[in-house]
Amino acid sequence: MHYYLFALLALLFAIAVIIPNLNIDFATQKPDQNPNMSESSKNKYSILLPTYNEVENLPIIIWLIVKYMNESGYDYEVIIIDDGSPDGTQDAAKQLQKIYGEEKILLKPREKKLGLGTAYIHGMKHATGNFILIMDADLSHHPKFIPQFIKKQQSKDYDIVSGTRYIGDGGVYGWDFKRKLISRGANFLTQLLLRPGASDLTGSFRLYKKDVLEKLIKSCISKGYVFQMEMIVRARQFSYSVGEVPISFVDRVYGESKLGGSEIFQFAKGLLYLFATT
Amino acid sequence: MTKLVEWLAVFGALGAIWLSLVTNKVETNFNPTLILYSPVIFVALFGVYAATVVLYRVCTFNNCDKAAAQLQEEIQAARTDLAARGFQFKHQPPTQ
Repeated sequence: MHYYLFALLALLFAIAVIIPNLNIDFATQKPDQNPNMSESSKNKYSILLPTYNEVENLPIIIWLIVKYMNESGYDYEVIIIDDGSPDGTQDAAKQLQKIYGEEKILLKPREKKLGLGTAYIHGMKHATGNFILIMDADLSHHPKFIPQFIKKQQSKDYDIVSGTRYIGDGGVYGWDFKRKLISRGANFLTQLLLRPGASDLTGSFRLYKKDVLEKLIKSCISKGYVFQMEMIVRARQFSYSVGEVPISFVDRVYGESKLGGSEIFQFAKGLLYLFATT
Repeated sequence: MTKLVEWLAVFGALGAIWLSLVTNKVETNFNPTLILYSPVIFVALFGVYAATVVLYRVCTFNNCDKAAAQLQEEIQAARTDLAARGFQFKHQPPTQ
């Protein structure tokens, strides 16, 4: 009788754990479609930079992007999507266009603060690259990782490459124990409930194939950083392959914890929504 | 199948096994009290596992001090280089 029960338990375990993970394996073990040199030289990377009141950080981030992208030799453009910042972010962007050229730095502003998803759609309309890289302009995402993202993408023709704070050399700077605890706890819960096949769901430093990003944005309805979670979870749902690159996340906004009570509520709501719909 | 349905299916099946053992529909040599409290025991054990894993990961969460220092240096280099190229900063760098 014991053996019968154990066999049944083992079977349930197989259904619950092994089979869903097989899907991920199929997705990540696509046949190698390594682009050869002539193809890879045709690739162009459009870097979308949504900004709001980033007059201090914008020149620095552009300088860093130019530095690291020129070193790596990949073809690229930067598209600044400014949501009508009152602090003069757009003036700074225009100065940068004069320095680096209007074909490298594109300024595509919008009248007022609108959602992140629509910012990406707006930016993509003007993008000439076949890959889209998304990052924050507040210097928490360092452009030195972009060439690593591209190498990772090319290694197995990934549909998406996501930066992750949670594995390998990845990490954070400027977080106290409480902030780390909330972050790790939320991540553990998310991994347990959603098994998304990616270790960092709330980060927004990612490289997408253009058509993949277009399809994902159309199918995602969440707002704020739950939007980033939904993108990567839907990616698994559509069997897109996801590669990961460890990143260091340097938080320079001291004392101002982004994880207040209402953010935790938003996160819980988003998690349950994805739990019930994907 | 959504994650919610997967969880309901697995917990439903485990619950059915547990009920069949508690109500003696299936007879075993296990201690009946142990069987009765087994869900509580499993939840408690899982809680210990979860707390251990989360605390371990909090303690091993990398502090990127080098990355932060490198960024500070690069910010200074960027400001100097951009100023040389004629970029007008809105605010002067804080005196150090």
